[in-house]
Amino acid sequence: MAEATHPEVHRHPAPTGFIRKYIFSLDHKVIGIQYILLALSAVVVGMIMSVLMRVNLSWPGTHLKIMETLFPQGAPGGVMTPEFYLSLVTMHGTIMVFFVLTTAPQGGFGNYFLPIQIGADDMAFPVLNMMSFWVTFVGFLVLLLAIFAEGNATVGGWISKLGESFAGGSGTVGPIGGWTGYPPLSALGKIAGPGQGAGVNLWIISIAIFCVGSLLGALNFITTLLNMRTRGMSLMRMPLTCWAWFTTAILALLSFPVLLGGGILLLLDRIAGTSFFIPGGLYVSGSTVPLHNGGSPLLWQHLFWFFGHPEVYIAILPGMGATSHILSTFARKPVFGYRAMVFAIFAIGGLGFFVWGHHMFISGMSPYSAVAFSILTLSIGVPSAIKTFNWLGTLWGAKIRFTTPMLFAIGFVSLFVAGGITGLVLGQTSLDFFFHDTYFVTAHFHLVMGVASIFGMFAATYFWFPKMFGRMMNESLGKFHFWITFLGVYAIFVPFHAMGLLGMPRRYASFGEYEFLKNSHSLVLFVTIAAIITVAVQVVFYFNFFWSMFKGKVAGDNPWEATTLEWTIPSPPPHDNFAGVVPVVYHGAYEFSVPGAPNDFIMQTEPEGVALGAELGGASGNGGNGHKA
Amino acid sequence: MGRLLGIAIWLITIASVWMFLSGKWWFPASISEHGPRVDSQFTITIIVVGIAFTAAQVGLGWVVFKFRDNADKQRATYSHGNNRLEVIWTVVTAVIFISLAIMGQRVWASLHLHSAPPGSYQIEVVAQQFSWNFHYPGKDNVFGKTDPNLIDDSSLNFVGLDDSDPNAKDDSVVSTLAVPVNRPVELILRSKDVTHSFFVPQLRFKQDLVPGMGIHVHFTATKIGKYELACAELCGMNHYKMKSYMLVLPQNEFDELVALPQDKFQTKKDELFNKYQLPTY
Repeated sequence: MAEATHPEVHRHPAPTGFIRKYIFSLDHKVIGIQYILLALSAVVVGMIMSVLMRVNLSWPGTHLKIMETLFPQGAPGGVMTPEFYLSLVTMHGTIMVFFVLTTAPQGGFGNYFLPIQIGADDMAFPVLNMMSFWVTFVGFLVLLLAIFAEGNATVGGWISKLGESFAGGSGTVGPIGGWTGYPPLSALGKIAGPGQGAGVNLWIISIAIFCVGSLLGALNFITTLLNMRTRGMSLMRMPLTCWAWFTTAILALLSFPVLLGGGILLLLDRIAGTSFFIPGGLYVSGSTVPLHNGGSPLLWQHLFWFFGHPEVYIAILPGMGATSHILSTFARKPVFGYRAMVFAIFAIGGLGFFVWGHHMFISGMSPYSAVAFSILTLSIGVPSAIKTFNWLGTLWGAKIRFTTPMLFAIGFVSLFVAGGITGLVLGQTSLDFFFHDTYFVTAHFHLVMGVASIFGMFAATYFWFPKMFGRMMNESLGKFHFWITFLGVYAIFVPFHAMGLLGMPRRYASFGEYEFLKNSHSLVLFVTIAAIITVAVQVVFYFNFFWSMFKGKVAGDNPWEATTLEWTIPSPPPHDNFAGVVPVVYHGAYEFSVPGAPNDFIMQTEPEGVALGAELGGASGNGGNGHKA
Repeated sequence: MGRLLGIAIWLITIASVWMFLSGKWWFPASISEHGPRVDSQFTITIIVVGIAFTAAQVGLGWVVFKFRDNADKQRATYSHGNNRLEVIWTVVTAVIFISLAIMGQRVWASLHLHSAPPGSYQIEVVAQQFSWNFHYPGKDNVFGKTDPNLIDDSSLNFVGLDDSDPNAKDDSVVSTLAVPVNRPVELILRSKDVTHSFFVPQLRFKQDLVPGMGIHVHFTATKIGKYELACAELCGMNHYKMKSYMLVLPQNEFDELVALPQDKFQTKKDELFNKYQLPTY
């Protein structure tokens, strides 16, 4: 903490020019907002894709004029082809997982609030921070290029000049192999199907670039948290958000390099004639595949899921942190079992590295290792249950203020339980026999890593918006947004379980081929209608977000009567956060309703003598000791 | 708002539980020896999951219903937690979850940790974009040699059967799977091009077919009839219609069929195909 006593070490003057202030900014707050805006843009693309998929599933043959105009080949006469559908599946997954669920929770809110919550004036490496955003942004542009390189004949023509494996213009909006990109389908090039030329190359390059951006970010988060906490900010006094961002950064640091390596190997298989993932003797589209020998398709699956499973926690841990933080604030109660919560975050993160094989029970890997992965997978339910119990404990005996961020945080708990609990079904080898790659799986991961994470981010947005922009978001619009979205996501994803029970395979462009799926029509239609309504209501959120930035009620420094450091400084905070003053921390992060204290909350910076109630912190058990450390 | 939210969470819970209990959407009836054991393991699991889900949601609904802010109320309870409670719920969930995990290995172990029982009938399955090939060894019960270099779809040698091998003379390659009832069957799963997955919902069985690998699996079908076979691993543009059928035949019909040479095998198979009907759904 030497830095904290010499604040000038990390100080840099506020930039004056537009470009250094808003574009290539070194300020973690601006970079955080850039990440959030990137996620807000990417999620629109991802959502439009999901609606197009639902329309195709419920009303096959629908003519959409705009589709014909934009993608004359992939949607001849405005009707989507099966390969176009599959490319939507791939791009929806890729955009949502990487550019929404990994950017907003960590790069966005983490970047903005981690330094402030620990009392630092910026990240440890501001230039690295700026680079991590812009590298990520380039990754997104490359992914968008994949859409047009395959979807548009002219752009496809340009890209094709890069070489044979870059053949584009197949009429899809990208690869058709899903976001998991299993070889050999993804490794063989355009002979394996439309979208598998330029689409896959650009898709791999985009993800590789994304990995680099995430690594830069992860290094920065870890260093900042370990080295730049202000005086008195012991680890056990940190808000749980910081613990979540810290754990997430460790997961990213250890998992993204593996995906990066895997991506490079896959690209080499495609453009340099290597055979990491391509076995010999293949016969594809009427001819033998020459020159490849000895590769293993399973190797990719191991590399991919070694990254892919921790990625689930990268998406959801920040949401857990935000939820704990927001529940405590509006319950006006300390977090129940602070220490248990910290251990649970670490247990989830740690165990998360030993369960990737549950994606591969039926892949052809050793059935013995499947047993080990299965038992480890179900054990991860234990720390997840601990978190749920502690959230309920936090709300027990509370005095709940039902603000919009609180509603979304409660929604997070409900959705996390609903989505997470079916992991107990899917994690069993004997049940995966049936459920693997059915809609039961789609239901599980959408609820838990998709929707629950997004609810965490909505909660965070409504909660921190006043700090970021100095104005409140509109509460009535926020509540309307909550209610329709909360009911809507349940209406979409609960019926997915029923489809899974029928045996409905995921990634099917149509269910009309199979008799065993014919009872699913009403469910499919119900989900489509629910999805369209839920997506439409998000317009209200966007309106509220941008309207409130200029017209919202002016927020004071601490509109929610919260305790942590970000609420001690002006809204929005000055360039160097604490205006050169080094904050000193005397309390844990969640001192609400302390008996005998003048207010029902004690700021972390309030000196000991003033808040006599702090002495009681240690008396009532769990988190108390930590808070006094 | 708290009351409304509490009630909404309860209603969502009731609707979700109803969806599982109504029986309107359930597995298609099982037709394999291990199928009923999968189903009962699922029933046990879904009861445990259902109770945990309901308890958590009802609890969440209750705390938001009960502990809403009202003006006359004193401050919230000041508590940092309770170590005893933490230990209790950690131990209880650990015991339940690990027990489920161990129980959940039994069917898997019985099929996958043992090789096929003696007397199993062997069939080689070769998947390709977007169709299925089933290779029968014929009367001699020995598979003819195959070689990927001999594969030629245009001359209908889909699996690369080597005609110069005497064992290959009586082999048949057809596009529908026929298996005997109540006799263990061992499949050798291969793929020519990309990864596919063998899925017959009624069989409660799914296994990927991976290029470069020959994966041995076994099961016993117990109910005569005709069932749909689907590909469950994304394999390309027509993945959704990579469809075939599995016929489960009485032993005598099966024996008669597999003793036939290729052309008669095909005709007989078509005849049997029309004889049996799909289950009603």
